[in-house]
Amino acid sequence: MMLDKNGIAKRIAREISDGYYVNLGIGIPTLVANYIPNDIHVVLQSENGLLGMGAFPIEGEEDPDLINAGKQTITMQPGAAVFDSAMSFGMIRSQKVDLTILGAMEVSEYGDIANWKIPGKMVKGMGGAMDLVASAKRIIVAMQQVNKAGESKLLPECSLPLTGVRCINRIVTEMAVFEVDTEAGGFRLLERAPGVSVEEIRNATAGKFIAAGDEPEMVL
Amino acid sequence: MINKTVHHAADALHDITDGMTLLLGGFGLCGIPENCIRELVRKGVTNLTCISNNAGVDDFGIGMLLRNRQVAKMIASYVGENAEFERQLLSGELEVELVPQGTLATRCLAAGYGMPAVFTPAGVGTEVAEGKEVRRFHGRDYLMEMAFDADFALVKAWKGDTAGNLIYRMTARNFNPVMAMAGKITVAEVEELVEAGTLDPDQIHTPGIYVHRIFQGVDYEKRIEQRTVRQKA
Repeated sequence: MMLDKNGIAKRIAREISDGYYVNLGIGIPTLVANYIPNDIHVVLQSENGLLGMGAFPIEGEEDPDLINAGKQTITMQPGAAVFDSAMSFGMIRSQKVDLTILGAMEVSEYGDIANWKIPGKMVKGMGGAMDLVASAKRIIVAMQQVNKAGESKLLPECSLPLTGVRCINRIVTEMAVFEVDTEAGGFRLLERAPGVSVEEIRNATAGKFIAAGDEPEMVL
Repeated sequence: MINKTVHHAADALHDITDGMTLLLGGFGLCGIPENCIRELVRKGVTNLTCISNNAGVDDFGIGMLLRNRQVAKMIASYVGENAEFERQLLSGELEVELVPQGTLATRCLAAGYGMPAVFTPAGVGTEVAEGKEVRRFHGRDYLMEMAFDADFALVKAWKGDTAGNLIYRMTARNFNPVMAMAGKITVAEVEELVEAGTLDPDQIHTPGIYVHRIFQGVDYEKRIEQRTVRQKA
Protein backbone atom coordinates (compact mmCIF):
# COMPACT_ATOMS: atom_id res chain seq x y z
CA MET A 1 0.00 0.00 0.00
CA MET A 2 1.42 3.35 -1.04
CA LEU A 3 1.51 5.92 1.75
CA ASP A 4 -0.57 9.05 1.48
CA LYS A 5 0.80 12.45 2.48
CA ASN A 6 -0.09 11.89 6.11
CA GLY A 7 1.62 8.49 6.02
CA ILE A 8 4.82 10.07 4.75
CA ALA A 9 4.59 12.74 7.47
CA LYS A 10 3.98 10.07 10.12
CA ARG A 11 7.06 8.10 9.06
CA ILE A 12 9.24 11.22 9.03
CA ALA A 13 8.07 12.14 12.54
CA ARG A 14 9.90 9.02 13.76
CA GLU A 15 13.21 10.65 12.70
CA ILE A 16 12.76 13.39 15.30
CA SER A 17 14.41 12.97 18.70
CA ASP A 18 13.85 14.58 22.07
CA GLY A 19 15.49 18.00 22.32
CA TYR A 20 15.65 18.66 18.58
CA TYR A 21 15.27 22.05 16.95
CA VAL A 22 13.50 21.35 13.64
CA ASN A 23 12.69 23.43 10.58
CA LEU A 24 9.68 22.19 8.61
CA GLY A 25 9.18 23.26 5.00
CA ILE A 26 5.90 23.91 3.23
CA GLY A 27 3.61 21.04 2.14
CA ILE A 28 4.04 17.50 3.51
CA PRO A 29 6.76 18.65 5.96
CA THR A 30 4.22 20.92 7.69
CA LEU A 31 2.08 17.83 8.42
CA VAL A 32 4.98 16.22 10.31
CA ALA A 33 4.18 18.47 13.30
CA ASN A 34 0.89 16.58 13.75
CA TYR A 35 2.73 13.29 14.43
CA ILE A 36 5.50 14.31 16.83
CA PRO A 37 5.03 12.09 19.91
CA ASN A 38 3.74 13.86 23.03
CA ASP A 39 6.49 12.43 25.23
CA ILE A 40 9.35 14.25 23.47
CA HIS A 41 10.17 17.96 23.51
CA VAL A 42 10.82 19.50 20.12
CA VAL A 43 11.13 23.17 19.17
CA LEU A 44 9.92 24.09 15.70
CA GLN A 45 11.80 26.88 13.92
CA SER A 46 9.99 28.99 11.38
CA GLU A 47 12.48 30.90 9.25
CA ASN A 48 10.46 34.11 9.19
CA GLY A 49 11.69 34.54 12.76
CA LEU A 50 10.21 32.22 15.38
CA LEU A 51 11.35 29.39 17.63
CA GLY A 52 8.53 27.55 19.36
CA MET A 53 5.86 27.48 16.71
CA GLY A 54 2.57 26.09 18.02
CA ALA A 55 -0.66 24.81 16.48
CA PHE A 56 -3.03 26.82 14.31
CA PRO A 57 -5.06 29.31 16.39
CA ILE A 58 -8.61 28.66 17.53
CA GLU A 59 -11.02 30.33 15.16
CA GLY A 60 -11.38 34.02 16.06
CA GLU A 61 -7.93 34.18 17.70
CA GLU A 62 -5.88 34.58 14.50
CA ASP A 63 -3.30 37.36 14.74
CA PRO A 64 -2.02 38.89 11.48
CA ASP A 65 1.32 39.58 13.21
CA LEU A 66 1.88 35.89 13.92
CA ILE A 67 2.47 33.66 10.90
CA ASN A 68 4.78 30.85 9.82
CA ALA A 69 7.03 30.73 6.76
CA GLY A 70 4.07 29.45 4.72
CA LYS A 71 2.23 32.67 5.69
CA GLN A 72 -0.29 30.64 7.72
CA THR A 73 -1.68 32.00 10.98
CA ILE A 74 -0.17 30.10 13.92
CA THR A 75 0.34 30.29 17.68
CA MET A 76 3.42 30.29 19.87
CA GLN A 77 4.31 27.64 22.42
CA PRO A 78 5.31 28.59 25.97
CA GLY A 79 9.00 29.50 25.85
CA ALA A 80 8.84 30.76 22.27
CA ALA A 81 11.16 33.47 20.98
CA VAL A 82 10.91 35.83 18.03
CA PHE A 83 13.81 37.40 16.15
CA ASP A 84 14.64 39.03 12.84
CA SER A 85 15.32 37.32 9.51
CA ALA A 86 19.10 37.73 9.69
CA MET A 87 19.30 36.00 13.06
CA SER A 88 16.91 33.33 11.83
CA PHE A 89 19.29 32.38 9.05
CA GLY A 90 22.24 32.93 11.35
CA MET A 91 21.07 30.05 13.52
CA ILE A 92 20.46 27.96 10.40
CA ARG A 93 23.86 28.75 8.88
CA SER A 94 25.71 28.07 12.14
CA GLN A 95 23.97 24.67 12.40
CA LYS A 96 22.03 25.28 15.59
CA VAL A 97 19.00 23.69 13.91
CA ASP A 98 19.25 19.89 14.21
CA LEU A 99 16.99 18.77 11.40
CA THR A 100 15.50 20.26 8.25
CA ILE A 101 12.57 18.61 6.48
CA LEU A 102 11.58 19.89 3.05
CA GLY A 103 9.93 18.96 -0.22
CA ALA A 104 11.61 18.42 -3.58
CA MET A 105 10.81 18.16 -7.28
CA GLU A 106 13.92 16.04 -7.96
CA VAL A 107 16.77 14.48 -5.99
CA SER A 108 19.90 13.02 -7.56
CA GLU A 109 21.73 9.87 -6.46
CA TYR A 110 24.47 12.15 -5.02
CA GLY A 111 21.98 14.05 -2.88
CA ASP A 112 21.59 17.11 -5.12
CA ILE A 113 18.15 18.67 -4.83
CA ALA A 114 16.00 20.76 -7.18
CA ASN A 115 12.85 22.40 -5.83
CA TRP A 116 12.60 26.06 -6.81
CA LYS A 117 12.26 26.57 -10.54
CA ILE A 118 10.97 25.04 -13.76
CA PRO A 119 12.53 27.16 -16.52
CA GLY A 120 9.93 28.94 -18.66
CA LYS A 121 7.02 27.59 -16.60
CA MET A 122 7.24 28.20 -12.90
CA VAL A 123 9.42 30.65 -11.04
CA LYS A 124 8.40 31.01 -7.44
CA GLY A 125 11.84 31.50 -6.00
CA MET A 126 13.94 29.56 -3.55
CA GLY A 127 12.75 31.30 -0.39
CA GLY A 128 14.89 29.93 2.42
CA ALA A 129 15.50 26.54 0.82
CA MET A 130 18.97 27.29 -0.56
CA ASP A 131 20.18 28.57 2.80
CA LEU A 132 18.69 25.57 4.59
CA VAL A 133 20.13 22.88 2.32
CA ALA A 134 23.56 24.55 2.19
CA SER A 135 23.96 24.56 5.96
CA ALA A 136 21.67 22.06 7.69
CA LYS A 137 23.27 19.30 9.76
CA ARG A 138 20.74 16.78 8.54
CA ILE A 139 18.14 17.05 5.79
CA ILE A 140 15.18 14.79 5.11
CA VAL A 141 13.24 15.16 1.88
CA ALA A 142 9.52 14.40 1.83
CA MET A 143 8.42 13.79 -1.74
CA GLN A 144 6.48 11.63 -4.16
CA GLN A 145 8.58 8.90 -5.77
CA VAL A 146 7.16 9.60 -9.24
CA ASN A 147 5.72 12.71 -10.88
CA LYS A 148 2.24 13.05 -12.39
CA ALA A 149 3.52 11.59 -15.68
CA GLY A 150 4.70 8.49 -13.81
CA GLU A 151 8.39 9.36 -14.12
CA SER A 152 10.77 8.81 -11.23
CA LYS A 153 11.90 11.90 -9.31
CA LEU A 154 14.89 9.97 -7.91
CA LEU A 155 17.38 10.54 -10.73
CA PRO A 156 21.02 9.95 -11.71
CA GLU A 157 21.23 13.75 -12.12
CA CYS A 158 18.70 16.51 -11.56
CA SER A 159 17.32 18.00 -14.77
CA LEU A 160 15.93 21.14 -13.11
CA PRO A 161 17.99 24.06 -11.73
CA LEU A 162 19.61 22.97 -8.47
CA THR A 163 18.77 24.22 -5.00
CA GLY A 164 21.81 22.57 -3.42
CA VAL A 165 24.57 20.09 -4.11
CA ARG A 166 25.30 16.80 -2.29
CA CYS A 167 23.24 17.76 0.72
CA ILE A 168 20.29 15.34 1.06
CA ASN A 169 20.74 12.56 3.61
CA ARG A 170 17.41 10.83 3.63
CA ILE A 171 14.29 10.60 1.48
CA VAL A 172 10.83 9.42 2.48
CA THR A 173 8.34 8.78 -0.33
CA GLU A 174 4.97 7.04 -0.63
CA MET A 175 6.94 3.83 -1.40
CA ALA A 176 10.09 3.80 0.66
CA VAL A 177 12.73 5.29 2.94
CA PHE A 178 16.17 5.82 1.38
CA GLU A 179 19.57 6.87 2.66
CA VAL A 180 21.51 8.80 -0.01
CA ASP A 181 25.19 7.95 -0.52
CA THR A 182 26.54 11.44 -1.31
CA GLU A 183 30.09 10.04 -1.74
CA ALA A 184 29.72 7.03 -4.07
CA GLY A 185 26.25 7.93 -5.29
CA GLY A 186 23.09 5.87 -4.89
CA PHE A 187 19.71 5.56 -3.21
CA ARG A 188 20.11 2.91 -0.49
CA LEU A 189 16.77 1.35 0.37
CA LEU A 190 16.15 1.22 4.12
CA GLU A 191 12.44 0.46 4.48
CA ARG A 192 9.48 -0.32 2.26
CA ALA A 193 5.94 1.00 2.59
CA PRO A 194 3.63 -1.81 3.78
CA GLY A 195 2.96 -4.26 0.95
CA VAL A 196 5.28 -2.55 -1.58
CA SER A 197 7.96 -4.86 -3.02
CA VAL A 198 11.64 -4.12 -3.57
CA GLU A 199 11.04 -4.63 -7.30
CA GLU A 200 8.26 -2.04 -7.41
CA ILE A 201 10.53 0.45 -5.67
CA ARG A 202 13.44 -0.40 -7.98
CA ASN A 203 11.20 0.22 -11.01
CA ALA A 204 10.24 3.65 -9.64
CA THR A 205 13.86 4.70 -9.02
CA ALA A 206 15.71 6.06 -12.06
CA GLY A 207 19.01 6.69 -10.25
CA LYS A 208 21.39 4.06 -8.87
CA PHE A 209 19.35 1.79 -6.61
CA ILE A 210 21.03 -0.11 -3.80
CA ALA A 211 19.13 -2.84 -1.93
CA ALA A 212 19.98 -6.11 -0.22
CA GLY A 213 16.51 -7.45 -0.95
CA ASP A 214 15.40 -8.08 2.62
CA GLU A 215 14.58 -4.51 3.63
CA PRO A 216 11.81 -4.43 6.23
CA GLU A 217 8.45 -2.73 5.99
CA MET A 218 8.05 0.60 7.73
CA VAL A 219 6.61 0.67 11.21
CA LEU A 220 4.06 3.49 11.26
CA MET B 1 16.29 65.88 21.88
CA ILE B 2 16.43 64.97 18.21
CA ASN B 3 12.94 64.70 16.76
CA LYS B 4 12.48 62.46 13.71
CA THR B 5 8.72 62.88 13.46
CA VAL B 6 7.03 63.75 10.19
CA HIS B 7 3.29 64.18 9.73
CA HIS B 8 2.45 61.39 7.33
CA ALA B 9 3.68 59.15 4.52
CA ALA B 10 3.62 61.97 1.94
CA ASP B 11 6.05 64.00 4.06
CA ALA B 12 8.24 61.00 4.75
CA LEU B 13 8.56 60.01 1.08
CA HIS B 14 8.55 63.49 -0.51
CA ASP B 15 12.02 63.08 -2.04
CA ILE B 16 11.64 59.58 -3.47
CA THR B 17 12.05 59.92 -7.23
CA ASP B 18 11.90 57.71 -10.32
CA GLY B 19 14.64 55.10 -10.61
CA MET B 20 15.48 54.83 -6.92
CA THR B 21 16.27 51.60 -5.04
CA LEU B 22 13.99 50.84 -2.09
CA LEU B 23 14.16 48.24 0.67
CA LEU B 24 10.69 47.26 1.90
CA GLY B 25 10.25 45.33 5.14
CA GLY B 26 7.79 42.50 5.71
CA PHE B 27 7.34 38.78 5.13
CA GLY B 28 4.42 37.98 2.88
CA LEU B 29 1.87 40.59 3.96
CA CYS B 30 3.02 40.46 7.59
CA GLY B 31 4.72 43.61 8.85
CA ILE B 32 4.71 45.45 5.52
CA PRO B 33 4.84 49.28 5.44
CA GLU B 34 1.25 49.68 4.23
CA ASN B 35 1.16 53.47 4.47
CA CYS B 36 4.41 53.92 2.55
CA ILE B 37 3.30 51.54 -0.22
CA ARG B 38 -0.01 53.39 -0.57
CA GLU B 39 1.91 56.67 -0.85
CA LEU B 40 4.25 55.25 -3.53
CA VAL B 41 1.17 54.22 -5.52
CA ARG B 42 -0.35 57.71 -5.06
CA LYS B 43 2.89 59.47 -6.05
CA GLY B 44 3.23 57.29 -9.12
CA VAL B 45 7.06 57.14 -9.03
CA THR B 46 8.30 54.65 -11.61
CA ASN B 47 11.32 52.63 -12.66
CA LEU B 48 11.87 51.56 -9.05
CA THR B 49 14.12 48.75 -7.88
CA CYS B 50 12.33 47.11 -4.95
CA ILE B 51 14.13 44.81 -2.55
CA SER B 52 11.75 42.79 -0.39
CA ASN B 53 11.40 39.16 0.62
CA ASN B 54 8.15 38.80 -1.34
CA ALA B 55 6.25 40.76 -3.96
CA GLY B 56 2.88 41.01 -2.21
CA VAL B 57 -0.29 39.60 -3.71
CA ASP B 58 -2.06 40.86 -6.83
CA ASP B 59 -4.04 43.61 -5.08
CA PHE B 60 -2.09 44.31 -1.89
CA GLY B 61 1.42 45.18 -0.78
CA ILE B 62 4.08 45.48 -3.47
CA GLY B 63 1.57 43.82 -5.80
CA MET B 64 -0.10 47.25 -6.10
CA LEU B 65 3.16 48.77 -7.37
CA LEU B 66 3.62 45.92 -9.82
CA ARG B 67 0.11 46.26 -11.16
CA ASN B 68 0.81 49.97 -11.79
CA ARG B 69 4.07 49.10 -13.60
CA GLN B 70 6.07 51.19 -11.16
CA VAL B 71 8.69 48.50 -10.58
CA ALA B 72 11.49 47.95 -13.11
CA LYS B 73 13.42 45.45 -11.03
CA MET B 74 12.44 43.24 -8.12
CA ILE B 75 14.94 41.61 -5.79
CA ALA B 76 13.20 38.95 -3.67
CA SER B 77 13.48 35.38 -2.40
CA TYR B 78 9.95 34.08 -3.03
CA VAL B 79 7.29 35.46 -5.34
CA GLY B 80 4.89 32.55 -5.59
CA GLU B 81 1.76 34.33 -4.34
CA ASN B 82 1.54 36.88 -7.12
CA ALA B 83 0.19 35.92 -10.55
CA GLU B 84 0.80 39.36 -12.09
CA PHE B 85 4.41 39.20 -10.94
CA GLU B 86 4.90 35.78 -12.53
CA ARG B 87 3.32 37.03 -15.75
CA GLN B 88 5.59 40.10 -15.95
CA LEU B 89 8.61 37.94 -15.13
CA LEU B 90 7.93 35.24 -17.73
CA SER B 91 7.14 37.88 -20.40
CA GLY B 92 10.37 39.75 -19.65
CA GLU B 93 8.67 43.05 -18.70
CA LEU B 94 10.12 42.91 -15.21
CA GLU B 95 13.73 42.30 -14.30
CA VAL B 96 14.02 39.93 -11.36
CA GLU B 97 16.89 38.87 -9.17
CA LEU B 98 15.98 35.92 -6.96
CA VAL B 99 18.10 35.78 -3.83
CA PRO B 100 18.14 33.08 -1.14
CA GLN B 101 16.23 34.38 1.87
CA GLY B 102 19.14 34.21 4.31
CA THR B 103 21.38 35.92 1.78
CA LEU B 104 18.80 38.67 1.36
CA ALA B 105 18.69 39.28 5.11
CA THR B 106 22.45 39.13 5.46
CA ARG B 107 23.06 41.58 2.60
CA CYS B 108 20.89 44.03 4.57
CA LEU B 109 22.75 43.25 7.76
CA ALA B 110 26.08 43.85 6.03
CA ALA B 111 24.94 47.30 4.88
CA GLY B 112 23.77 48.17 8.39
CA TYR B 113 26.99 46.90 9.95
CA GLY B 114 29.21 48.77 7.49
CA MET B 115 30.60 45.67 5.80
CA PRO B 116 30.92 45.64 1.98
CA ALA B 117 30.28 41.92 1.53
CA VAL B 118 29.59 38.64 3.29
CA PHE B 119 30.34 34.99 2.52
CA THR B 120 27.62 32.36 2.54
CA PRO B 121 27.37 28.73 1.42
CA ALA B 122 23.79 29.28 0.16
CA GLY B 123 23.63 28.83 -3.61
CA VAL B 124 27.07 27.26 -4.14
CA GLY B 125 26.87 24.98 -7.20
CA THR B 126 23.57 26.55 -8.36
CA GLU B 127 22.70 29.29 -10.86
CA VAL B 128 22.70 31.77 -7.96
CA ALA B 129 26.50 31.41 -7.97
CA GLU B 130 26.89 32.51 -11.60
CA GLY B 131 29.28 35.46 -11.91
CA LYS B 132 30.04 35.55 -8.20
CA GLU B 133 33.39 35.18 -6.49
CA VAL B 134 33.79 31.86 -4.68
CA ARG B 135 36.14 31.65 -1.71
CA ARG B 136 37.22 28.53 0.13
CA PHE B 137 37.37 28.61 3.93
CA HIS B 138 38.20 25.51 6.02
CA GLY B 139 37.68 23.26 3.00
CA ARG B 140 34.24 24.61 2.05
CA ASP B 141 33.13 26.93 -0.74
CA TYR B 142 31.30 30.20 -0.03
CA LEU B 143 29.81 32.84 -2.31
CA MET B 144 30.73 36.46 -1.85
CA GLU B 145 27.50 38.45 -1.62
CA MET B 146 27.51 42.25 -1.68
CA ALA B 147 25.86 44.53 0.87
CA PHE B 148 22.77 46.27 -0.51
CA ASP B 149 23.10 49.89 -1.53
CA ALA B 150 19.61 51.34 -1.27
CA ASP B 151 18.37 54.92 -1.39
CA PHE B 152 15.53 54.32 1.06
CA ALA B 153 14.42 51.67 3.53
CA LEU B 154 10.70 51.64 4.31
CA VAL B 155 9.87 49.68 7.44
CA LYS B 156 6.92 49.03 9.69
CA ALA B 157 7.14 48.72 13.48
CA TRP B 158 4.58 48.25 16.23
CA LYS B 159 5.68 51.10 18.47
CA GLY B 160 8.13 53.90 17.93
CA ASP B 161 9.13 57.10 19.64
CA THR B 162 9.91 60.58 18.37
CA ALA B 163 13.65 59.78 18.53
CA GLY B 164 13.11 56.97 16.01
CA ASN B 165 13.51 54.03 18.39
CA LEU B 166 11.46 51.04 17.24
CA ILE B 167 9.80 47.97 18.76
CA TYR B 168 8.30 45.24 16.57
CA ARG B 169 5.57 42.78 17.43
CA MET B 170 5.84 38.99 17.00
CA THR B 171 6.69 37.75 13.51
CA ALA B 172 5.90 41.15 11.99
CA ARG B 173 9.53 41.83 12.94
CA ASN B 174 11.03 39.67 10.13
CA PHE B 175 13.10 41.79 7.71
CA ASN B 176 12.17 45.16 9.23
CA PRO B 177 15.09 45.56 11.69
CA VAL B 178 17.79 44.59 9.18
CA MET B 179 16.31 46.75 6.44
CA ALA B 180 15.96 49.66 8.87
CA MET B 181 19.72 49.52 9.33
CA ALA B 182 20.44 49.37 5.61
CA GLY B 183 18.82 52.43 4.03
CA LYS B 184 20.65 55.66 3.23
CA ILE B 185 17.38 57.17 4.43
CA THR B 186 15.19 54.99 6.62
CA VAL B 187 11.49 55.75 7.04
CA ALA B 188 9.58 53.97 9.80
CA GLU B 189 5.81 53.86 10.05
CA VAL B 190 4.41 52.71 13.38
CA GLU B 191 1.06 51.73 14.82
CA GLU B 192 1.71 53.79 17.93
CA LEU B 193 4.01 56.79 18.10
CA VAL B 194 5.01 57.95 21.59
CA GLU B 195 7.24 60.65 23.07
CA ALA B 196 10.94 59.84 23.39
CA GLY B 197 11.62 58.63 26.92
CA THR B 198 8.39 56.63 27.11
CA LEU B 199 9.76 53.33 25.79
CA ASP B 200 12.01 51.17 27.95
CA PRO B 201 15.55 51.44 26.47
CA ASP B 202 16.08 47.74 27.25
CA GLN B 203 13.21 46.78 24.95
CA ILE B 204 14.25 48.74 21.84
CA HIS B 205 14.86 46.53 18.77
CA THR B 206 16.05 49.25 16.36
CA PRO B 207 17.91 52.21 17.88
CA GLY B 208 16.77 55.58 16.54
CA ILE B 209 20.15 56.36 14.98
CA TYR B 210 19.15 54.11 12.06
CA VAL B 211 15.80 55.87 11.57
CA HIS B 212 15.66 59.23 9.78
CA ARG B 213 11.90 59.81 9.65
CA ILE B 214 9.06 58.31 11.64
CA PHE B 215 5.32 58.74 11.47
CA GLN B 216 2.15 57.32 12.93
CA GLY B 217 0.55 55.06 10.33
CA VAL B 218 -3.20 55.04 9.70
CA ASP B 219 -5.84 52.60 8.45
CA TYR B 220 -3.84 49.40 8.87
CA GLU B 221 -5.52 46.57 7.05
CA LYS B 222 -3.04 43.87 8.19
CA ARG B 223 -4.39 41.43 5.68
CA ILE B 224 -3.96 37.72 6.46
CA GLU B 225 -2.60 35.72 3.53
CA GLN B 226 -3.37 32.17 4.71
CA ARG B 227 -5.99 32.08 7.44
CA THR B 228 -5.53 28.71 9.13
CA VAL B 229 -7.47 27.81 12.27
CA ARG B 230 -8.44 24.80 14.38
CA GLN B 231 -11.73 24.12 16.08
CA LYS B 232 -12.07 24.49 19.83
CA ALA B 233 -11.35 21.11 21.42
